[in-house]
Amino acid sequence: MTDNNLQAAVSAGVMSAENEHRALLQSIVEVARAIFSAKASSIFLHDESADELVFEAVAGEGSDSLIGTRFPSSTGIAGFVLVTRQPLVIEDLQQDPRFARETAESTGYVPKSMMSVPLLHEEGVLGVLNVLDRSEKIEFSLSQMELLGLFANQAAIALDLLQRARHARAVLAESGSDAGVVSRLASALEGLEEEQREPALRLLAALDDVLRADVAF
Amino acid sequence: MAEPEKKPEHYTGETLPAWSLPAAASQEIGIGVEWPERVTADWALGGSTGAGVRVCILDSGVQPDHPLVGELEGAVALRKDDEGQIHVEDDTEGDLCGHGTACAGIVRSLAPDARIFSVRVLGAGFKGSGAVLLEGLRWAISEGFDVINMSLSTTKKQFSGLLHELADSAYFRRTVLVASAHNMPVESYPWRFSSVISVGSHEEQDPRTFFYNPSPPVEFFARGVNVDVAWVGGATVRSSGNSFATPHMSGICTLILAKHPELTPFQLKSVLYLIASNVGGRK
Repeated sequence: MTDNNLQAAVSAGVMSAENEHRALLQSIVEVARAIFSAKASSIFLHDESADELVFEAVAGEGSDSLIGTRFPSSTGIAGFVLVTRQPLVIEDLQQDPRFARETAESTGYVPKSMMSVPLLHEEGVLGVLNVLDRSEKIEFSLSQMELLGLFANQAAIALDLLQRARHARAVLAESGSDAGVVSRLASALEGLEEEQREPALRLLAALDDVLRADVAF
Repeated sequence: MAEPEKKPEHYTGETLPAWSLPAAASQEIGIGVEWPERVTADWALGGSTGAGVRVCILDSGVQPDHPLVGELEGAVALRKDDEGQIHVEDDTEGDLCGHGTACAGIVRSLAPDARIFSVRVLGAGFKGSGAVLLEGLRWAISEGFDVINMSLSTTKKQFSGLLHELADSAYFRRTVLVASAHNMPVESYPWRFSSVISVGSHEEQDPRTFFYNPSPPVEFFARGVNVDVAWVGGATVRSSGNSFATPHMSGICTLILAKHPELTPFQLKSVLYLIASNVGGRK
């Protein structure tokens, strides 16, 4: 890895990017849910190495327990959208008994309708954005499909950032370099309880003084 | 498995030089179709049921016994082995997710006597779906289907050149490729190629209403919103997307080709233009 890449990786790693990007994804599903007056909205990340879809953000029904849940990437409508890279809007899902059973088993919630759109970035597909049970007062129209596509673009960018940050952290975790040491120190510091963090920060401040003084000589 | 069929006897394209037309031959070059003074929807497809036209659904497979799909002419699946080799095998699994069944059901609803064939290129575990899609299309073109419905596309640029060659080859072999435009503003293929019939959605409910778009790359808009489609397990669901506009257009092409089997893809496109709802089809 070049020095520039390592520097960028360290920057991303120490800025607690994971939490911020998660917050961005969460915000996207919350807004998507509100705009469509939907019961729930969710974002799946496609984990290519495991070939699985992973819940990364959920708003509404099931939001407490689903984050991190995985299922095979070819599962159901989200899986199909992932493979075809085409948005799909389905009503009356409960007419499909297989779908209802599988969904109920995996999420505990069976939607009646679903809008599902791929999260496309450059030539690839990063995941899927779903909007479940939008208001029945809103009949589906092409302008809604367009709106969903705009949200999907935003979600794809956020998901790309999240993946880059995770990749950077993984690189740093494996790296034996000085930058890796600094990054791990910053992460460890961030994870400390308040009573431990304060003395640790004092220690680092003292170290900082020593290092600066050294430079001054 | 259905055997490939010969193209109509009046198909003279392969016997003529590709680069020029000698003066003596100019009297012999027949177009094989009597064009009326005015091409109307009734002339183009009135009374047609799609009889005899071979339609390929290049998709996730088709559930063969679904009441809205009826009898299938045949079904194959493409399988990628551990060495990356792709094989074409008889399909014994049908449809793994419902998409192909939905498309087949729409073609059947418009063209009840069409001969529908399924080529499964999507489904569980297809990581390299671009390569499988390409091979599936290559196979379907070599089989000489009259219409290939592609309610899918790939965003991988590495496949665009080969797909383009295949799309042109289909066009010259009289196989009409009907391809879904992407619902989102992304570069994907093969719908962007001029040798295919590319399809987006309109919001009207009449399955035979379609519009010509004078601002391509999407050339036609067909019914694609709130369509009741066949789904796996014998179910029906209401669905929207260009995926479902495309088989409407395939069905209309099938009706025209059943009545006028001599039409080339170029001529068929011209007929579609002339009978489109915003051109001559609806005043």
